[in-house]
Amino acid sequence: MLFFPELIVLLSALVMFLVSLGSPGTAAVHRLVVILGAAVLLATVACLGQEGMLFFEAYRIDRFSQLFKLLLAAAALIVLLLSGRNPGIKTEVQAEYHLFLLIGLLGLMMLVSSVELLALFIALELSSFAVYIMVPLRRQSGGETFQMESAIKYLLFGVMTTGLMLFGMSYLFGLTGSTYLSVIVDQLSQLIAEPAALVAILLVMAGFFYKLAIFPFHFWVPDVYQGAANETTTFIAAVPKIAATAVLIRLVTLAGGDSQLVTPVLLICSIGAMFYGNLCALAQKDLKRMLGYSGISHAGFVLFGLLTFQNEGYALATYYVAGYALMNLACFLVICTVATAGQNLAIEDLSGLHRRSPLLALTLAIGLFALAGIPPFVGFTGKFMLLVNAFKQGLVIPVILAAINTAIALFYYLSVVRIAYCTDPHPGALRLQPGLTRSLTAVVLLLAIIALGVIPGLLVQPAVMSIGAML
Amino acid sequence: MDQLLLNTGFPLLSTLIFLPLVGAVLLLAITSEAGCRVVSLLVTSLVGLLSLLLLPGFDRSTALFQFAETRPWIPALNINYTVGVDGISLLLVLMTALIMPFCVLASWTYIKVRVKAFMICLLIMETAMIGVFVALDFVLFYVLWEAMLIPMYLIIGIWGGPRKIYASIKFFLYTLAGSVLLLVAIIWLYRQNDFSFFIPDMMWQPYSGTAQVLVFIAFFLAFAIKVPMFPFHTWLPAAHVEAPTAGSVILASILLKMGTYGFLRFALPIVPDATFLLMPYVLWLSIAGIIYGGFTALAQQDMKKLIAYSSVGHMGFVTLGIFLLNKQGIEGAILQMINHGVTTGALFLCVGMLYERTHSRELRSTMGVGKFMPVFVTFLTFFSLASFGFPGTNGFIGEFMILAGAFEVDIPLALAAIPGAVLAAAYMLRMLQKVVWGGTDNPDQSWINDLNRRELVTLAPFLLFVLWIGLNPAPFIDVMDHSVVALLEQLQAYRAQALASVSVLAP
Repeated sequence: MLFFPELIVLLSALVMFLVSLGSPGTAAVHRLVVILGAAVLLATVACLGQEGMLFFEAYRIDRFSQLFKLLLAAAALIVLLLSGRNPGIKTEVQAEYHLFLLIGLLGLMMLVSSVELLALFIALELSSFAVYIMVPLRRQSGGETFQMESAIKYLLFGVMTTGLMLFGMSYLFGLTGSTYLSVIVDQLSQLIAEPAALVAILLVMAGFFYKLAIFPFHFWVPDVYQGAANETTTFIAAVPKIAATAVLIRLVTLAGGDSQLVTPVLLICSIGAMFYGNLCALAQKDLKRMLGYSGISHAGFVLFGLLTFQNEGYALATYYVAGYALMNLACFLVICTVATAGQNLAIEDLSGLHRRSPLLALTLAIGLFALAGIPPFVGFTGKFMLLVNAFKQGLVIPVILAAINTAIALFYYLSVVRIAYCTDPHPGALRLQPGLTRSLTAVVLLLAIIALGVIPGLLVQPAVMSIGAML
Repeated sequence: MDQLLLNTGFPLLSTLIFLPLVGAVLLLAITSEAGCRVVSLLVTSLVGLLSLLLLPGFDRSTALFQFAETRPWIPALNINYTVGVDGISLLLVLMTALIMPFCVLASWTYIKVRVKAFMICLLIMETAMIGVFVALDFVLFYVLWEAMLIPMYLIIGIWGGPRKIYASIKFFLYTLAGSVLLLVAIIWLYRQNDFSFFIPDMMWQPYSGTAQVLVFIAFFLAFAIKVPMFPFHTWLPAAHVEAPTAGSVILASILLKMGTYGFLRFALPIVPDATFLLMPYVLWLSIAGIIYGGFTALAQQDMKKLIAYSSVGHMGFVTLGIFLLNKQGIEGAILQMINHGVTTGALFLCVGMLYERTHSRELRSTMGVGKFMPVFVTFLTFFSLASFGFPGTNGFIGEFMILAGAFEVDIPLALAAIPGAVLAAAYMLRMLQKVVWGGTDNPDQSWINDLNRRELVTLAPFLLFVLWIGLNPAPFIDVMDHSVVALLEQLQAYRAQALASVSVLAP
């Protein structure tokens, strides 16, 4: 059963579709979808070791894809656990919301297994369209009506980058006469010096740069983060980035280590993302916008792993993006819980969080400290190993620039921790009761952030092995 | 790894590092505030007692790292968990482990809200601080060095005074921003040493002169901010003033020492050429700190601020001693690190005790309390005398050794440092005069109680140490002697080639 995890996701989506035909209560939908999410996770675990090809060799199941599917399923399950009371989504479309979330997950899972250009394209579009639909499902709260605006922005930017990607794919096909990545790899090693090949690869990458929110394809990030419901943003911030990293690893291996031109381009994108994301984040008042901009800078770090063109770098990028998802999920767990009516949170709204809920405050603080790259959390270990690896390749100046960036990032992360821990709650702010499920989720996230930070081998080892198996 | 004497028996250092962490986890399960206090006191006392076991087992006749343990940690990057102590770090480990129980005692009634969280922060701090002094793997060192910022940030930010937020953020950003380039330097050294983070391997390697200067600058930024050296000291008064007593004691006694320890452990042996080249600048910067700290302390009305600025001066003496690069200087500096830890820690404890009673640290409003607190002012006077180096106290020995070393190097330099000692006497005596005898126009203070038994127990050991080091420093110097001599022997070999090999800053 090579297609088993995807099949379970597909079935889950179908179940949700059937549920949406009736008029189910929110609690029932949620209970059901968590069970389905857990089933998906179990299925991916069960299929970890599988290998094989499907669909006329367009779809490859290997350790690499299965590891990423596991990460995707775990992140998605946490998102599902978070969307419990789902105050941000209109009550009448709860089932539809989860339906599209699962379809999005299906698309992302297919993305990591696709080894043929058209399969890649279809998987990417499947996942993208699901998210395009999820964004405007937000409940209108107060006078805020920007969910439509941000959905349209997301769609237009998405379509544009998809167009660029298709253009690049047509080049690849024209150059090599095939849409299969394995054939393209063989052919491209002779063609890599040609400008056309370079343009082709970069254009194809653009589509995934958009998913990963890398400079200069990041323009949608702040508006979509702000406009989408908190739960939707959680999904967008964590899950697609994992899949995008997987595909970028596959594509970068196409360019190969001997490309003289791809490295500088990736380097510019990476450093640009770091500076742009961090400097813009400094000025933000809205928490989700701030995390959006900070996400751009973290994407820059992921690229740091890719541009070294060797297995270790790819494994570290995998480790980093998984860690990033964990840290982000921890922060968004707090956002979703504090925003009881599904509203957007200003950073000020977190004031005195430690009085309102010590666990949430701790979760937020550790999530942000980890994002800031302070030891011993996963964010530090990831950054450190990426920098060491880049240094080994002789990238001295970029490493220094990246180190300076971590210092810039401290300012805004720390100011949020300061608000949460060192101020008093607004008068009238109630004590927050995260509930058992969320408390447990928070504890699991915290333990994972610390454990992966102290023992990075837990994930780096499997990643190295799976990437070795892919090449 | 031949620089290590591997410990085959009981893993003493690991126990010292992780016992407080275990205690912190234990505290999570305890609900009563009194229980938290008692458990923290027990754990820190146990660590203190265990640390004493280091003394009988320590071989004073070698400069190797002893009690060493090593285990693979992140094999992919050749990062190991390697710890060990030599004569320099042993004293600092002992000081850290022995001071922590008194920090718990000082917080006994001072901390009234969220006691559990506070004690957890203290215990995590202890783990990180002991770890920093014994780490022999640069990544382990860096991780602990940075990780300790979080509990300290919370200690100042949650339990601190009125401007706690400003102070905690300033502390955090200054110290972390300072060590960002340290990370780059570590990675560079890793690459130069066959991809090893093992610190003894990095020492005494023939790096090019230009690279040494750059690495030195990265080291210097990180360590000078931590010390803090003038003009990087501006975070310190704010942090000291706002921190609760235990926080101030930890900052002054232990955290500041990490900067000077960093200079000794890393700057001197890893980049000796750059050290020789830049030595005059650091020396004169130290003098500037001594004079500046003295004058600023003289102008303070707030007792904590006064002691904080006096720390800038005292730590100036320590960096002066280190960069003299001779035996008296370095041994005096190490001794002065311990002295400053004992004396200033005790002074902060005293101020904390006074503050608990009068809710003020202003000299003006505490004027004349000596009349009602005879025992307290006895202690205060004693530690103040030690602080400005009264003969017979520990401060005298340290400053004397450093000044003697300075005369050996450069007479104008030594003469320039002397006003610092005079200034120290001036500001300390001014404080004493006000607190003990001054001001009869204050409102009635006869309701103030003298020290209780717990406070006596807290202060008495500090007094004993002040006298012990002051009257008989030989055993302390004996512990570090071999390590310092070995360090200097290696340094001398570099002295000859130092100036010739550097292209950037050569005169």
